[in-house]
Amino acid sequence: MMNNLGASAAGSSSGSGSGEGSAPRRNSKRPKYSKFTQQELPACKPILTPQWVISVFTLVGIIFVPIGVISLMASHDVVEIVDWYDSACIPQNMTNDKVAYMQNAATDKTCTRTLKVLKNMDQPIYVYYQLDNFYQNHRRYVKSRNDAQLRSADEASETSGCDPEKTTADGSPIVPCGLIAWSLFNDTYSFKQGNENVMVNKKGISWKSDRDHKFGKDVYPKNFQNGSLIGGAKLDPNKSLSEQEDLIVWMRTAALPTFRKLYGKIEVDLKANDSITVTLKNNYNTYSFNGKKKLVLSTTSWLGGKNDFLGIAYLTVGGSCFFLAAAFTVVYLVKPRKLGDPSYLSWNRSPLGY
Amino acid sequence: MAQDRPLLDPSPRPPPAPLLPEPPIRLDPAARSARVDRISFVADTPVPRRGSRADSDRLAASQRELSDDDARLVYINDPSRTNERFEFAGNSIRTGKYSVLTFLPRNLFEQFHRVAYIYFLVIAVLNQLPQLAVFGRGASVLPLAFVLLVTAVKDAYEDWRRHRSDRIENGRTASVLAGAGAGGRQFQPVRWKDIRVGEIIRIAANESIPCDMVLLFTSDPTGVAYVQTINLDGESNLKTRYAKQETLSKSVDMEGFTGFIRCERPNRNIYGFHANMEIDGRKVSLGPPNIVLRGCEIKNTAWAVGVAVYAGTETKVMLNSSGAPSKRSRLETHMNRETLLLSGLLITLCLVVCVLAGVWLRNHKDELDYSPYFRKRASPDDDSSYNYYGIGMQIFFTLLMSVIVFQIMIPISLYISMELVRLGQAYFMIRDASLYDEASNSRFQCRALNINEDLGQIKYVFSDKTGTLTENKMEFQCASINGVDYSGGKASLPGDGEAYSVVGDQFWRPKLLVKTDPQLVRLLRSGGERGEGMRAREFFLALAACNTIVPLTVETPDPKRKLIDYQGESPDEVALVYAAAAYGFVLVERTSGHIVIDVLGERLRFDVLGLHEFDSDRKRMSVIIGCPDKTVKLFVKGADNSMFGVIERSINLDIIQATETHLHAYSSLGLRTLVIGMRELSRAEFDDWQSAYEKASTTLFGRGGLLRAVAANVECNLHILGASGIEDKLQQGVPEAIESLRQAGIKVWVLTGDKQETAISIGYSCKLLTSEMTQIVINSHSKDYCRKSLEDAIAMTDRLAAMSLGAQNTITGTESQRVPIALIIDGTSLVYILETELEEELFKVATACDVVLCCRVAPLQKAGIVALIKNRTDDMTLAIGDGANDVSMIQMADVGVGISGQEGRQAVMASDFAMGQFRFLVTLLLVHGHWNYQRMAYMILYNFYRNAVFVFMLFWYVLYTAFSLTTAITEWSSVLYSVIYTALPTIVVGILDKDLSRKTLLKYPQLYGSGQREERYNLKLFILTMMDTVWQSLAIFFIPFLAYRHSTIDGSSLGDIWTLAVVILVNIHLALDVFRWNWITHASMWGCIVATAICVIIIDSIPVLPGYWSIYHVMGTGLFWLLLLGITVAGMVPRFAMKAFTEYFMPSDIQIARELEKFGNLNEATASEIPMSTFSQPQQGFI
Repeated sequence: MMNNLGASAAGSSSGSGSGEGSAPRRNSKRPKYSKFTQQELPACKPILTPQWVISVFTLVGIIFVPIGVISLMASHDVVEIVDWYDSACIPQNMTNDKVAYMQNAATDKTCTRTLKVLKNMDQPIYVYYQLDNFYQNHRRYVKSRNDAQLRSADEASETSGCDPEKTTADGSPIVPCGLIAWSLFNDTYSFKQGNENVMVNKKGISWKSDRDHKFGKDVYPKNFQNGSLIGGAKLDPNKSLSEQEDLIVWMRTAALPTFRKLYGKIEVDLKANDSITVTLKNNYNTYSFNGKKKLVLSTTSWLGGKNDFLGIAYLTVGGSCFFLAAAFTVVYLVKPRKLGDPSYLSWNRSPLGY
Repeated sequence: MAQDRPLLDPSPRPPPAPLLPEPPIRLDPAARSARVDRISFVADTPVPRRGSRADSDRLAASQRELSDDDARLVYINDPSRTNERFEFAGNSIRTGKYSVLTFLPRNLFEQFHRVAYIYFLVIAVLNQLPQLAVFGRGASVLPLAFVLLVTAVKDAYEDWRRHRSDRIENGRTASVLAGAGAGGRQFQPVRWKDIRVGEIIRIAANESIPCDMVLLFTSDPTGVAYVQTINLDGESNLKTRYAKQETLSKSVDMEGFTGFIRCERPNRNIYGFHANMEIDGRKVSLGPPNIVLRGCEIKNTAWAVGVAVYAGTETKVMLNSSGAPSKRSRLETHMNRETLLLSGLLITLCLVVCVLAGVWLRNHKDELDYSPYFRKRASPDDDSSYNYYGIGMQIFFTLLMSVIVFQIMIPISLYISMELVRLGQAYFMIRDASLYDEASNSRFQCRALNINEDLGQIKYVFSDKTGTLTENKMEFQCASINGVDYSGGKASLPGDGEAYSVVGDQFWRPKLLVKTDPQLVRLLRSGGERGEGMRAREFFLALAACNTIVPLTVETPDPKRKLIDYQGESPDEVALVYAAAAYGFVLVERTSGHIVIDVLGERLRFDVLGLHEFDSDRKRMSVIIGCPDKTVKLFVKGADNSMFGVIERSINLDIIQATETHLHAYSSLGLRTLVIGMRELSRAEFDDWQSAYEKASTTLFGRGGLLRAVAANVECNLHILGASGIEDKLQQGVPEAIESLRQAGIKVWVLTGDKQETAISIGYSCKLLTSEMTQIVINSHSKDYCRKSLEDAIAMTDRLAAMSLGAQNTITGTESQRVPIALIIDGTSLVYILETELEEELFKVATACDVVLCCRVAPLQKAGIVALIKNRTDDMTLAIGDGANDVSMIQMADVGVGISGQEGRQAVMASDFAMGQFRFLVTLLLVHGHWNYQRMAYMILYNFYRNAVFVFMLFWYVLYTAFSLTTAITEWSSVLYSVIYTALPTIVVGILDKDLSRKTLLKYPQLYGSGQREERYNLKLFILTMMDTVWQSLAIFFIPFLAYRHSTIDGSSLGDIWTLAVVILVNIHLALDVFRWNWITHASMWGCIVATAICVIIIDSIPVLPGYWSIYHVMGTGLFWLLLLGITVAGMVPRFAMKAFTEYFMPSDIQIARELEKFGNLNEATASEIPMSTFSQPQQGFI
């Protein structure tokens, strides 16, 4: 009480005296109240109750298993013919020196293969070539290009990064420069069903965005594959880069060392048990690095090509979620715990209860 | 005196002795400036034997005269001569660190003090080498530049604010005496920055003082000026400063005034000043009472005139303005351990890559020349190879490149995130309304920004008592006079008829009224000249006279009434003077030479012939008073142990014994006691004293020591008058706070300068001690006794532990199960224990005890006790205190908390956090500390995880690129990943997430244990997190990898999928761990994912980048969306399952408390049946 009196005396007397006193509560520093500053914003506080956990696991299972099944079905609907031709297309006498065979420009490398259609294939049927063990994602390789040069004719001399395929011996720039373009795939395929040619449409196999914006309409190949070392296909110097769709496809470097590239589209249906004769020119030298070459004819589904992985993965995840849900339920029933029971707090547990 | 603060602290306050070591003045200015960034009043090493070293230092210093080299010469009113050699700083100040020109180099230099930044710089530089160019130039420098930029902007803003305040400060004006102008000499306004040393400055009432000045004249004829030093040390009371008589006699316009001041070099001791002044050939010594310092304000004095002696950066306030020393938090120290582990992991990954790359190169040696994707031969005729330096070099380059690619493993953004998070946490602590103290109008202050999270791991709290546990608002409670105890029935407050002083037609009344004892009042009024009444009157006369209190009269609305407001530095003195006034001894007026006391209605003038200031060696103060009846009396008051040494025991032994009994009773009630004695001086004695006193007080150096000797000579053979008991009230909520801290598993130790009885009784009243506790008391006066006591104590604790073990047969953490032990030890014993081999034993005893109470400890002993724990355990310590005597303890502890209370700001200045009340400690530790720790610990782990996931993902890809370190993810995305894609949510969560509400945390203090046990950040958690990291990175990498195997997918598209997947996954990971979702959390979390998508889209819309348009293509396929969903679920399932199982079947306390918070109302009935605490004790009788 004495304090109160003292305080009130102080309150009444301040402000007088020498003219300036310490006025009480003058510019109080009390923090202003707001839900934000007091960290009291309305908030949701989720807690993993058994109900929640079981429902989440069940729900995931319910979603994943059907997706897995649908994906598997889609994958099974895809019909795929794969023909591994690189060793078969080497003449018997040359199997010991494949590289020499390939490097000999004089020999005719035409090779004929017969493919059996196992199931009906509806058009469009995509024709891919598949390279194995070809590191299109090798650091030296992916960097060896110049996108500016590809876009516009004015930048033809812009060859930085294109080593070692930058300029010709006399110093004039190569268009398109770089290892990627240099190593353009050059096997060709033509298809016959009986005696009838099956047309392969090679238009529209590349991305439209690439044709329109990445590869210039006024950029023409120059000095390309003129050196002593020929890497792959030559380009028609009279066609602008935006029309060289094989190049455009090739220049989208693959992510993985085994990859397919679109060669063209067959726009007729193939029936089961049809037999397709493929005449191919086995030009591309994959033998020097033990690469494999495959020809692939495939239909597609909404999921893309034939690949069971996604379906299996979804089924596995969904299945394990069901299992976890069941396991959790069992353990929950065997050893239930009341949520938020303070007697479980470590300092409340009786010492003998341990 | 052994109280927490000097009881009788006179003005000017002598620095507390053990803190004192005012170093001998050094000749070398470089050495001096090197010390500037440390607060000099703190001795670096704790010295338990108080004062001995300090004394010798001081003596050594005093032996020297101020030589010309050592001193600065200031010619009064002759600035040009003073500044001839341009050696003195001008008065302009500069607190800004940088100028426009120096900003960039200096700021960068300071920022690169961080080792982490150097690491990133080295990486960025490596990347510039053409062989190693993994990223483009821009991309590689960007993250570092970003972090540097953010910090630089922050620094620049702070510096700009400092510059602005400097400009304002420098632009203020003061009146300076101009030279002989046309109209004679007069004062003219001059801007502060143009003031020079030697100039005469006039300060009007309530004006700030522009520089340190020696007073020459004041409006008061006796030369007194009152200053308020609140800006300097935070003390709001007025202090008296004097102009010397020699200058007062001169004319104010300085006509014919010549002289110079020889003073010591600028130093940071704000309580010390040594100088002398020569006027007209006479040498006058100057001391601290003669100087007024920059930053103070003149009060209650119409004007004052002084001569500038220190200006600008050399003023004491500027020399003292340095920040708190920086500390590093426990969590950060631990974090460095994990950072090292991560570095090891990083190096392992790099080694794996480079070894595999070497193997690959060797296996494919023959193909490298012409294989389309390597082609090291530039042309067939040419032997030179393109960018190939042999397998050895290639491996080496691969190693360096892999370091560059995987650099992100060490999270660069973590450092800046932690700073931002701490800033945010500090913001919320400062803004917390429950940490605001109404009484002192002070908010919580965060002075150290890098130890927020330490607040969540405290195990020991070392608390000061006075001003920390108690309010430091003293109230006179009772007195023992002449062996009679007057603590009986309290009358109501004195009516209007008493305790006032009549001046003409005016009534003067003390501002504070104190309850009086009617019996004592009767005795005083009617006691006549009989011994008893005489003694009582002398007792109160001593209370009214023996002090340094300044009475100020305050007007009231009623013109006939005035209030007397007592201003003094020691709250005890103020309380005593108010008490004397209540009993009719009203101190009315004080000048430098005399005091006027209204003695029971009669105004009497007493000459103050001499005053011996309080010091901590003598622990008493005395005044020599010339009474109106021509007698000369010496009044002494001081601590009992000091006073009984100088009281004549041959007479009145019974009174002495009675007083001792009363003293014991008072202090066991928790009262602060003082003993008062007096002696009448004979003529001869007085003359002897006077000559010695004058000689001593004009000496320049060693004055303090000489004065002490003079005082000790005269303070002897005293008659005892009596003793007083002053109550220092407990602060609000202290017992509850201590109880909460104890439940939280924090040991509270009280270190006080008070007497043992006082300390114990305060211990009871704040529930630190309880009646069922076994007390071990160690009071020893020699080392052998100490050893023996400690051995006994160890035996006792062992026995008690064995007993409780036998009784319970289990070891539990609950305190109720065993007999609690309290250790009470005093400073004398500590002298023999600290820093000797006995420390170890003390440590054993002390840690076995529940409560430790140290009484009569010196400041450095406080620090020594903190060090005792800090050096021997890993436990975090916190020291809390309010006074200068707590500074060393505050700086020693891991976390120092200052109470901004009655005792100035020294403790606050030295502290890491400052607040207004002890009870806020509960909120600070249990709530904010808990939150900060939980958030920060989680944030660090999460940052490690987040970056490691990314690195592992890159690593898996590298295995499929012939170990050539290609990244499918664009370089911009990998650079932006940790600074933009995922940075914001962790910062938001680090600032805003709360595992439990404030209410719950305060209700169950035991939850604090989570931080003490380091539950949220430890090696096990780190390893678990890393295992999870590997799984998640596998999910992110291999699900798309396997799904796109043998497809036409291109690198950029797959890279985009991986980018989005990893960002989504780490954000979902964070989302799963967020406890509290408010709109900000939602916005940042989902916003970040959207921002990432936008960034990826933007990057893929740039035609010159190889990945042009990939994202649009890939987004159009169903597979893409199924993959993202699949990755997220598959990546999260193990973590989610683990979390669900542990939370449900092995719940932590925090988890249960969260459930309680959410479903609490369902279980209310059962909750109330469970006793939350078995700790209870009877309230000890106390007042």
